[in-house]
Amino acid sequence: MTVLLLVLLALPLVGSAATLVPALGGRRALWLGVAVTGADLAVAIALAAGFDLHHPARMQGVTDVAWIPALNVRFHLGVDGISLPLLVLTALLTFLCAVYSLKRLPAGGSERGWTGLLLLLATGMLATFAVLDLLLFFVAFEIVLVPMYFLIARWGGENRGPAAFRFILYTLLGSAVMLLGLLLLGLKAGTFDMTALAANHGHGLSRGTQILVVLAIGIGLAVKAPMWPFHSWLPDAHTAAPTAGSVLLAGVLLKMGTYGFVRVLIPSVPLGMHELAPYIGAFAVVGIIYGSLACLSLARPGSRGDLKRLIAFSSVGHMGFVLLGVATLNPIGINGALFANIGHGLITGLLFFLVGAVKDRYGTADLDTLAGARAESGAALYGRAPRLGALLAFGAVASLGLPGLAGFWGELLAMLGAFHPAAGLSRPTFLTLMVLAGLGTLLTAAYLLSVVRRICMGDLATAPAVPGASLTDVQTYEAVTWTPLVVLTVVAGLWPALLLGLSTPAVQALLGGS
Amino acid sequence: MTLTLAILVPLLPFLGALAGLACGRRAPGMARPLAVLPTLTAAVLAVVVAARLGPGHILDAATELTPTGGVQIYLSLNLDGIAVLLAVLVGVVATCVQVYSTAYLREDPRYPSYAALVSLFTSAMLLVLYSGDLIVLLVGWEVMGICSYFLVGHHWEREDARSASIKAFLVTKLGDVPFLFGIFVLAGDAGTFQINGVIGAATTGHLHHATLAALLLLCGVAGKSAQFPLHTWLPDAMAGPTPVSALIHAATMVAAGVYLVARLMPVFLLSTAALVVLGVMAVITMIGSALCALAQDDLKRVLAYSTVGQLGYMTGALAVGDRDAALFHLLTHGAFKALLFLAAGVVIHAAHTNSLTAMARPGGLSPDGSGISGTGGSGAGLLRRRVPDAYTTMGIGLLALAGVPPFSGFFSKESVLTAAEQAANGHALTDGLGPAGNVPCFLGWTVLVGGLLTALLTAMYVARLWLLAFHPRGAQSVGGENAGAKVTTAEPAAMRWPLWLLAVPSLALGLVGLRTNWLPAWLDGVSLTPSLPTSLIGTGVALLGFGLAYAAWRRAAATLPADAVAAGAVADPGRVLLGPLFGPARDGFGVDRLYDRLFVRPVLGAAELVAFLDREVVETYVKGAAISPGLVGRVVRRAQNGNTQGYLSALAAGVVVLAIVVAVAQ
Repeated sequence: MTVLLLVLLALPLVGSAATLVPALGGRRALWLGVAVTGADLAVAIALAAGFDLHHPARMQGVTDVAWIPALNVRFHLGVDGISLPLLVLTALLTFLCAVYSLKRLPAGGSERGWTGLLLLLATGMLATFAVLDLLLFFVAFEIVLVPMYFLIARWGGENRGPAAFRFILYTLLGSAVMLLGLLLLGLKAGTFDMTALAANHGHGLSRGTQILVVLAIGIGLAVKAPMWPFHSWLPDAHTAAPTAGSVLLAGVLLKMGTYGFVRVLIPSVPLGMHELAPYIGAFAVVGIIYGSLACLSLARPGSRGDLKRLIAFSSVGHMGFVLLGVATLNPIGINGALFANIGHGLITGLLFFLVGAVKDRYGTADLDTLAGARAESGAALYGRAPRLGALLAFGAVASLGLPGLAGFWGELLAMLGAFHPAAGLSRPTFLTLMVLAGLGTLLTAAYLLSVVRRICMGDLATAPAVPGASLTDVQTYEAVTWTPLVVLTVVAGLWPALLLGLSTPAVQALLGGS
Repeated sequence: MTLTLAILVPLLPFLGALAGLACGRRAPGMARPLAVLPTLTAAVLAVVVAARLGPGHILDAATELTPTGGVQIYLSLNLDGIAVLLAVLVGVVATCVQVYSTAYLREDPRYPSYAALVSLFTSAMLLVLYSGDLIVLLVGWEVMGICSYFLVGHHWEREDARSASIKAFLVTKLGDVPFLFGIFVLAGDAGTFQINGVIGAATTGHLHHATLAALLLLCGVAGKSAQFPLHTWLPDAMAGPTPVSALIHAATMVAAGVYLVARLMPVFLLSTAALVVLGVMAVITMIGSALCALAQDDLKRVLAYSTVGQLGYMTGALAVGDRDAALFHLLTHGAFKALLFLAAGVVIHAAHTNSLTAMARPGGLSPDGSGISGTGGSGAGLLRRRVPDAYTTMGIGLLALAGVPPFSGFFSKESVLTAAEQAANGHALTDGLGPAGNVPCFLGWTVLVGGLLTALLTAMYVARLWLLAFHPRGAQSVGGENAGAKVTTAEPAAMRWPLWLLAVPSLALGLVGLRTNWLPAWLDGVSLTPSLPTSLIGTGVALLGFGLAYAAWRRAAATLPADAVAAGAVADPGRVLLGPLFGPARDGFGVDRLYDRLFVRPVLGAAELVAFLDREVVETYVKGAAISPGLVGRVVRRAQNGNTQGYLSALAAGVVVLAIVVAVAQ
């Protein structure tokens, strides 16, 4: 286990370093990416297979050696029921992106650069979920920014420069504040070790310190999640990012923020979280409603809404459910948050792949160009590319939280958590938040079905013309990359115990004593 | 053994759906067997399960589906008489629909996905019936909603189908959100999502928020069972293929709401407020929908509104506390309404139009010429000759719908009216599920009077439909009787024999309520035999309705001006009977416009507001944040002016300030 976890982190790092060798240029670099991420996925699956399912609350595969003794910073890794699903999801999505890039590498730079950055990104993402030391967490958290910046700035679409700049500026600002918070927490508590902090449950930290820590670290995490009103980097970044970038951004990067809440803030500074939870919940719910309404306005005919931008805004809404679950501070809500993290990663990952495919075919993701600006016209994808249309409808239906698919359980548990918030939190407040979140699910259904109506349905005779003679349906490489996501969406929806069985004991351990 | 069979009942159609979706296009030959066989097997197994379980027995089994950190969710079966009987109904109707669809959608390239969705839908409905856990029930409940969405949108190249499909999903979802919260409230009090546990808590008085829970649940019930004010999706949903209307919008999905209330009857009986809301909702629904049905021109919309009305009878029976009557009517209605829709499919197939006026017109031409009959000069009056099977079976279905003895609808409708009568006398038939005193007398009277009025209106629109479709007056049959003689029935056997199969229960299912050891033994044992006074009044009212409709039809035919006849006008008794109400009733009393004003426009306005906010306000502070470092930089740059004197004086000033600060601090 210990070796597996180390290999999991080391493989992409070594692979990334290998791309510096000039001989590995061209297609070879892309194949190297596929091989490394594939091996990494195999390691992640082996890690999951070797995981002791009877003790998901215990840290497994632990490495704990001194790193910077002067600061008492340790190289501490481990995996438990909370981080394991995220590690597997990250490895899977990276692999799928690498496979997809084999056939669909956007123009912008060399294959070597692309693969190197992708692997570096993978290292940072995996490390974020595996490290157990605050400073190491910060380092991992920051590593991902650099490759993501270049992926957007060099391989991105229209308007990529400003979007990448805004992305890096925003998240760096958040990170700066977060670093202060991490230092405050580590110095006041006398340790940077997350497991020690969690076991301590904030004893010895004054209420004021705890609130300050939550505020400082919370802002950094909230920018990443993103929590309303810190979301405005996201739509631009997504619109400009290449497909693989969007998939990883939505599928993994956003989860780093909410993971931080669960891993660092809830166990280490329970008092501070308790004070600020209603505000987090309120911002989360505003995000749900705001994101849905923004999508609804983008989905309206004649508003020149961009499909990628719309899916990005839908992420604001969906991450709102995750944050609401976190804010309830009870096991149900946090379980829901963790489930919604995975569900959103699978579903939105799929949706960005699909929208990317539509954009590749049409050359644009502008809804009015795709479907016509009139209310009654549509792109009729069901008729032109039935499989692509059906998959898009499936993604939309999963995203609107249909029971039996992965999107449902997270939303359900987040709302159920808000129905019984942790002792001491104001129940009327959380009931109001729950009702508003319920309204959000309705709005979500409204905009996603509007998108399906405009993209998938429509009269073939009046549908806007396709560039080229006809629309190619799903290709083999696309089917290969999308099938795992579709299958996992269904499996996680039908058998939620797969994830909840892992996270429930771990969450109870995190909350224990608080 | 029974347990294994019971698990297979919902599982088989689900697997069939998956297989159908997986190999739909690659192996078109497999689509039909994959559609029909799993459903058929499930139907047979449902019968076997019912037979093995026997009346009065209950099968309970549960296994944990998932921990949640709080109340656990179980994958559980809870089979009682209600569940197994309804499962048989669903199985039989679904099988008929699948067989019928093989012929009805013979030429349709989308048949594989259509059949798979119908299978998935069947599976979801069976899950709702068998599940013993409210969250798992909700899964089936919403999966039905999305299947309905896809099936209504089957003809996605048509605008009406597109908007109807979205509307169907969103309106039911509008009810489902409060429904979910109702489940939360129940589970919060009972400490479990298990239906057994909830009912146990209700009977032992541990349910402290019964009224709140019941009212929240009613929102979902109103959505699914198309009760006022959430009924508006059902008539529009007729844009889907006709077999879908038979399965989803008549016999099964709309039955889910009624079934749920019946299942949780002890909870509802704890709350007079919920019962009154349910009853008033039922009466408004019944009368309103019957008026609308009388004014519709589309054959399927008439049937859709009649479904809404008949569901009103069921919710009315539930409101007066008698779930047995509601379930009895649910069973008979499931049979005869499925029959009516399938027969209507045959008629529409033959007439090439949905419009009753077009059917009544020679040549089947609608005024704009869109419903052109493929059979050329054959008179519309011959429709009954071209589709003799549909003609006869539709007659049976319509008589059952109107509640004429001895057809099945008569007995079940009378049992509803009897229940209302009992409640009006203060002896509500709750059969020990809850305190009868919680059903107020005035509610009994309301349901009784509403039910009788609806019976009158139902008979009228039944007669109108029959006369317009099969015995038109007004425009002359120019084709003549001889032209029709050449036309032979072209409907394939797969579209005809399901009609006869469903005609049997439509005729005879009412008899099962007569003996207490037949149907009542499977339910709570309340007598379902109609009482003499209500039967006489009910039958009389139905006959009066027929008479009035016939008279109105004669009058309409007599007063039709000759030039109008030439222009293609036909005698419509609805116009005479409704008078000034005809216009409003035709467009559903403007409920859609109300929704538009109340919900759609405010939401879209809010969406515009958010778009504006995001563009102007949020962006502005982001830009502000970006500009401020620039401003700071400019200020700092101004200090770096290279002037040594300036630097030195600043330095000196700083030293002085620091010295003072240190001195003061000490």
